[in-house]
Amino acid sequence: MNMKTLIAAILGLSLMSAPALAMEDDRLFHYFSLETDYADWGEAEREVTFEGEGWLGNDTHRAWLKTEGEWEDGSWHEAEIQLLYSKPIADFWDVQAGVRHDFKPHPTHYAVLGVQGLAPYFFETEAAFFLSDEGDSSFRAEVSYDLLITQRLIAEPYGEANFYFQDVDKQEKASGLADIDAGLQLRYEITRKFAPYLDFNYRSTFSGTRDIAERAGEDPESFVVRAGLRFWLN
Amino acid sequence: MRSKRAGWLNGLRLGILMAAGLSTAAAAGTYELTIGETEVSFSGDNAKAFAVNGEVPGPLLRFKEGEDVTIHVTNTLDVPTSVHWHGLLLPGDMDGVPGFNGFPGIAPGETFTYRFPIRQAGTYWYHAHSAYQEQEGVYGPLVIDPKGADPVKADREHVIFLSDWTDERGAQVHANLKAMPDYYNYAQNTLLGFFREASEEGFSETLAERAAWGEMRMMPSDIADVSGYTFLMNGQPERTPWAGTFKPHERVRLRLINGSAMTYFDFRIPGHKLQVVQADGQNVEPVSVDELRIAVAETYDVIVTPHSAAPLQLIAEAMDRSGFALGTLSTDGAPANLPRPEQRPRGELAMSDMGMNHAGMDHGSMDQGDMDHGSMDHSQMPHDAMPQEEMSHTMDHGSMNHGEMDHEAMGHEAMGHGKMDHGAMPMKNDGAPPSALSRDHELVPSVGAPEGARVLSYADLRALEDNDDLRAPMREIEVRLGGTMERYLWTINGKKFSEAEPIKLNYGERARLTFINESMMNHPMHLHGMFVELENGQPREKQPRKHIVNVGPGRSYSVEITADEPGEWAFHCHLLYHMASGMMRKVVVAELPEGA
Repeated sequence: MNMKTLIAAILGLSLMSAPALAMEDDRLFHYFSLETDYADWGEAEREVTFEGEGWLGNDTHRAWLKTEGEWEDGSWHEAEIQLLYSKPIADFWDVQAGVRHDFKPHPTHYAVLGVQGLAPYFFETEAAFFLSDEGDSSFRAEVSYDLLITQRLIAEPYGEANFYFQDVDKQEKASGLADIDAGLQLRYEITRKFAPYLDFNYRSTFSGTRDIAERAGEDPESFVVRAGLRFWLN
Repeated sequence: MRSKRAGWLNGLRLGILMAAGLSTAAAAGTYELTIGETEVSFSGDNAKAFAVNGEVPGPLLRFKEGEDVTIHVTNTLDVPTSVHWHGLLLPGDMDGVPGFNGFPGIAPGETFTYRFPIRQAGTYWYHAHSAYQEQEGVYGPLVIDPKGADPVKADREHVIFLSDWTDERGAQVHANLKAMPDYYNYAQNTLLGFFREASEEGFSETLAERAAWGEMRMMPSDIADVSGYTFLMNGQPERTPWAGTFKPHERVRLRLINGSAMTYFDFRIPGHKLQVVQADGQNVEPVSVDELRIAVAETYDVIVTPHSAAPLQLIAEAMDRSGFALGTLSTDGAPANLPRPEQRPRGELAMSDMGMNHAGMDHGSMDQGDMDHGSMDHSQMPHDAMPQEEMSHTMDHGSMNHGEMDHEAMGHEAMGHGKMDHGAMPMKNDGAPPSALSRDHELVPSVGAPEGARVLSYADLRALEDNDDLRAPMREIEVRLGGTMERYLWTINGKKFSEAEPIKLNYGERARLTFINESMMNHPMHLHGMFVELENGQPREKQPRKHIVNVGPGRSYSVEITADEPGEWAFHCHLLYHMASGMMRKVVVAELPEGA
């Protein structure tokens, strides 16, 4: 199924769920947030990263969009987009299914099945399985937490880990824990919808994937401080 | 037939006329209301509002009991609108709720004519029942003078209409809450707050408390969903308080109306007693208090008797302490320039406000439909064994299995609701009110009043005129008020309005509605078309008739109702964004077929 058909299908589903007599409690809502940041100091190369997410739908059916990418020194290193159908399965949890497309580093399609929600103690949590069009499978888990220093100054520790269930030579990944991306975002919410931030970001590769990176002459780990802006629309 | 533009009516002038004994007896009055757009600057910035006859709040409508009113409402907006007459007894198709009783709403450019007889007296209000217009300015006061002598004697009266204004459109506020339920909460637990608390109360206690809230994914600061409001008294923001007049030794009647979308107010006049004489338009035996909390959409009439010429300050402080609606009364009516009152500390929810053990509740296994407790045997309830304080919590669902109550985990006041066995315990309606609301802490709102001050409790309210229908309810309908704050989803019996079947009442039947608030928020529950009688511990003939019953976090109250008004009636939480998120039902009163 190509991306356009899927978008149409998901939107169709959300709209069809509205009853003939539209009630306020079944309104369609939407939300999209984007964080984009920049680093050009220290030993790091000039880089721009972005991460966006958003949804369109009512309380029971939502279409989610998740996208992220990284531009480094003149070229795109990573860029992916996910389009998911999301449905509540518990008070704090949604199950999500859909597709992911990587533009970079290697154009790849994936099927996605995951959960997203708020774990006890306010941990924002996402976990998803990916099955690529070449048959390899991987798993990604993300967790973050908003620690309010004041009502507007917020420290958000976050972490993401990627696991592969087999070697994926084309992607330069090896079976097992491949990499983590963790750090602390310190943001000041001028408004809820507009917040400048500093991101203290650490990344590292592990085991087989680390060997591959080292053989390719890449840094197996990095630490970079980025300055960015977070905003959202709804 | 007399024709008048409602906008001409000036409450003060009319009040003086009334006081002078001049009656405005009219068998039939015609009123014209036009709903249109206007500019307001309540917040200091200009913003678009929807207004009635160009005013926010709209003009005072003053009816007379026994009058046949004709109200032409013209919509000059480019969206549909409607006007609902809050608290009035009237035919269903005149109630003004689009989608109910065949009322389609008022389309742009159209005029709808409301015609109905006025069958009651008292202080009420009107507001739009379309989209978010009751937040956006379509509201106003409505006062009905009694046919005979008013049992409430007053020398002067003022309508005090409280409302909350935001420059944001209602649809945007709702969208923000859906995207981020704590969007407006700037009183959340912080790290700095943690250290402050830890130094006062101890590190481990503070940590344990934070952990308990965190475990439930709830916030103790969740007092109000929406903030950033400018509060209005008769359309005046705090910086230019509303001003009225009085003369020393007069009995001044204040008709307090809370026409807010989301805001509860704590009302007081420092140095003066408030003699409460009416609640929700229905006269009550006078009760003297220092302060009262007025829930969203409630009305209270109070008598103040100043004995000197010193100006009075009318203070309505928002429950979340984010501001005031202020006014003054002085002998010359000039603004009295009284200092801004000191803001009281913002309350926090306590673990006990949970009432029910949310974490352990198994919604899935409970019957999500409207439960019918009619066949249960009350007499088996272990009333005597229950301490008074718990009585008021359990009310008359009495069916709780105390052995399984989770006292340890939730504190003394709380119950393990998930473990309640509704079905198995026998209950019977034996005619007597099944439980008494005592004058305990739970019925007295924690308004932060000084030590010794008397705060109005629901238990204080006694109907002045006895209730007509003294039958015991034949059956009980459970109304569980629930929510998922994280999704900004609000439900009755686990379902949103758009998902649920109507609640059916047999015409003429006497039923009990039992509200069980499983959420952490207050819900001012409103039934259109009929008054409910609150089981507040008073004898049945004295139970106060209410159109709003505020059910506090984790509380449960019962009301009795005589289903004597046929039609389709809206039944909802009067917090606008709770209603718009699903906390609403249709109640149908009809002659049900046998066995239905």
